[in-house]
Parts: sequence; structure tokens; C-alpha cells
Amino acid sequence: MPMASDDIVRLIKAGLPDAEVRIEDLAGDGDHYSATVISQAFAGKSRIQQHQMVYAALGGRMGGELHALKLTTMAPGAS
Amino acid sequence: MSDVANRIKEEVTTNDVVLFMKGTPVFPQCGFSAAVVEVLDHMGVRFKGVNVLVDPAIRQGIKEFSDWPTIPQLYVKGEFIGGCDIVREMYETGELEQVFKDKGVAVQQAA
Repeated sequence: MPMASDDIVRLIKAGLPDAEVRIEDLAGDGDHYSATVISQAFAGKSRIQQHQMVYAALGGRMGGELHALKLTTMAPGAS
Repeated sequence: MSDVANRIKEEVTTNDVVLFMKGTPVFPQCGFSAAVVEVLDHMGVRFKGVNVLVDPAIRQGIKEFSDWPTIPQLYVKGEFIGGCDIVREMYETGELEQVFKDKGVAVQQAA
């Protein structure tokens, strides 16, 4: 069951209110997305922790109804 | 710890580099798993592939073990390194090579 990109952005922002989210539908099929998430909450966190925070915001959908989300995370100002 | 968690623990502590993946290193059955295999092959790192498609208990158990919802998952000397995106990002920045070196895993970087 594909997810709309707007729903993904909404969920991420609900979990990480300050987040800047850029999303791209990679295959145009509503099932393979690439997202870049920038949030102050990531400061000082490892990549694994940052991704886990996004997955937590997605509330268990990752790996389920959201099949593929290529994820890039960073704190503001980080390169 | 559950039986499956014990089995995972044993895999990642008795093998230096373990990739939990869909399919096998020779015949990956998912593009994300294939991408990580490609990185490891390119670096000349010896690793053990664990095919979660033939073991539903491991397939579910590994997600709980690492609190990580997707497969593939790469472990080096018992430590969870990341999934496909993180492994690729770390490869591109050179951090992955540093992880292997720091942990004493042989890397044969192509010239």
C-alpha cells in the first residue's frame, strides 16, 4: 500500500516539528522515496540515532506500508 | 534474551563482518542488499551474509535486536553500523574504511 509524499512529510514534521523535509518520489510510483531531513534535534546524535528518530516519527510504517525511503539526515549547518 | 536474539548475538560476535540481507552475497534479492554487497566487495572486505528470506525468525528478530526497521543491516565486530543509506554515505566519505581499520578488519582498497 503506497503512501503519499505529503503524508510522509506530515508524519515526520509531527515527530520533529522544526524539521525541514525535502522529499522526492524516486520511481514515480508512490512507493520509492528519497527524503532529506534537517532538524536541530539531530545535533550531537549519530547517524543511526538520527535515522531512528525519523523512523519513530513514521510510527512503524517504515519497512511496512512505506517500502523504500532513502534517508539523509543532518543537523542545520552540518555539511 | 530470546533464542533468536541469542542466535543473532552469536552471529555478530563470531564473525567480524556480518550482513543481514535479502538473498545471498552471490545472488542478492533486493536492490538495497545488493548495494551493500557491492560496497563490501569493492572494498575487498570478507563478510558473512545471512539470508533473512530463508529464516523468518531472524528476519523479524534482527529488527528488534537493533531497533532498526529495515534490511539490510551491517555489523562489524558486533556493532551495528547501519543500513543501506548509512553504509553508502559512510563509504563515500571514507568513514566506512576508517571503521574497518579501527576495528582491525582487512580492507583491500582498489587503487
